Amino acid sequence: MTGLGRVELAQRIARDIPEGAYVNLGIGAPTLVADHLPDGLEIILHTENGLLGMGRAPEPGAVDPDLINAGKQPVTALPGAAYFHHADSFGMMRGGHLDVCVLGAFQVSSSGDLANWSTGAPGAIPAVGGAMDLAIGAKSVWVMTDLLARDGTSKLVSECTYPLTGVACVSRVYTDRAVFDVMPDGFRVRELLGGSTVAELESLTALTLRDRP
Amino acid sequence: MIDKTVASAADAVFGIEDGSTVMIGGFGRAGQPVELIDALIAQGAGDLTIVSNNAGNGDTGLAALLARGRVRRMICSFPRQHDSWVFDGLYRAGKIELELVPQGNLAERIRAAGAGIGGFFTPTGVGTDLAQGKEERVIDGRRYILEHPIAADVALISAYRGDRWGNLVYRETARNFGPVMASAATVTVAQVDHVVELGAIEPESVVTPGIFVDRVVAVPPRRWVDHGRFVGGVDIDGEPLEVTR
Repeated sequence: MTGLGRVELAQRIARDIPEGAYVNLGIGAPTLVADHLPDGLEIILHTENGLLGMGRAPEPGAVDPDLINAGKQPVTALPGAAYFHHADSFGMMRGGHLDVCVLGAFQVSSSGDLANWSTGAPGAIPAVGGAMDLAIGAKSVWVMTDLLARDGTSKLVSECTYPLTGVACVSRVYTDRAVFDVMPDGFRVRELLGGSTVAELESLTALTLRDRP
Repeated sequence: MIDKTVASAADAVFGIEDGSTVMIGGFGRAGQPVELIDALIAQGAGDLTIVSNNAGNGDTGLAALLARGRVRRMICSFPRQHDSWVFDGLYRAGKIELELVPQGNLAERIRAAGAGIGGFFTPTGVGTDLAQGKEERVIDGRRYILEHPIAADVALISAYRGDRWGNLVYRETARNFGPVMASAATVTVAQVDHVVELGAIEPESVVTPGIFVDRVVAVPPRRWVDHGRFVGGVDIDGEPLEVTR
């Protein structure tokens, strides 16, 4: 089994986002999903710093420092876009108005707990930003990640050992080896990717996985 | 006649005392009131508590205030960034206190102060390290934690246009924390690219009504905007693209 690359995984996630959805893409790899949304579908991207209707990165020379995304990179605003202040922006999350958000992760537990803001390493400067608001703030919270961390350990775990971002908040995990749904009784394989088998995934994660329905 | 405009950034920050709590608008560099921060540095107040989303970028603006040792305590959501070396150094040396607040709770705590709300129950942070010591309650089957308002002595914000009554409009995502901070401080100071005649801002378009604003000062316009139109030619820091950095 080889596993999907980042871009292929972003393409795979983009395919599952329906027309008309209000979507927040987290900092880092999830930002890639924006580049692969199907042409011709109207999907409205939200950025926490006060914009609905976010467009692609501007051409060099058309960079407007007042118009940035959550990662503080320059973006554009589509026709139909709206600006709003921070309390309204996070009200959109907390109030359950966003359909989907896609986040990165250090760990996801079989009950849907998410750890993605701190490794808890001593001496590290903590920074949480909007991570905890996003984790509990969309109708569907999807995680985009490699199945294994750089040290080879599984990011899908029975219980998170890193500090939590949110409790029982993740509904689906897109990894390079498979897509998983978080069910009341744990992870269920939704789709195998890159030639994986369920037995291999169980071996890599040391978890008992339910297979596709 | 009401005239909230003042002649200079120095006049705009007059009277800020040692030990004050000061809100500073902005998300990264967008909406950061750099000219007011520079005036605050020159004014000299110290032992400050600063409320801002980030803890400074590069060596200018909020980072410069931190570098002068004027800040005792930061209340923010995201201090650590690729260009936050000033804060990082102070924090590691134990020279600054940090209260870390999830971004939406930060915005809502500021909004609550401005709206006369004594606290609120939020689902953000439930079950995490940042909920430690906070009252938890289950409401309609969902877990929430109690968060308290954050008020300030002074708010320093940046808007695009303002009039002598203090009505403000912002520009794009530079709006961010400006409207909520304006409502939550005893004295709110807005720097604007343009002071315009009363009535020049459409009443339907006012974002921050003047009741929330005490002082308005004009600062040099943004290089990348001409008569409200984007004219480009800058990088993400607002520096001309011709300049090789």
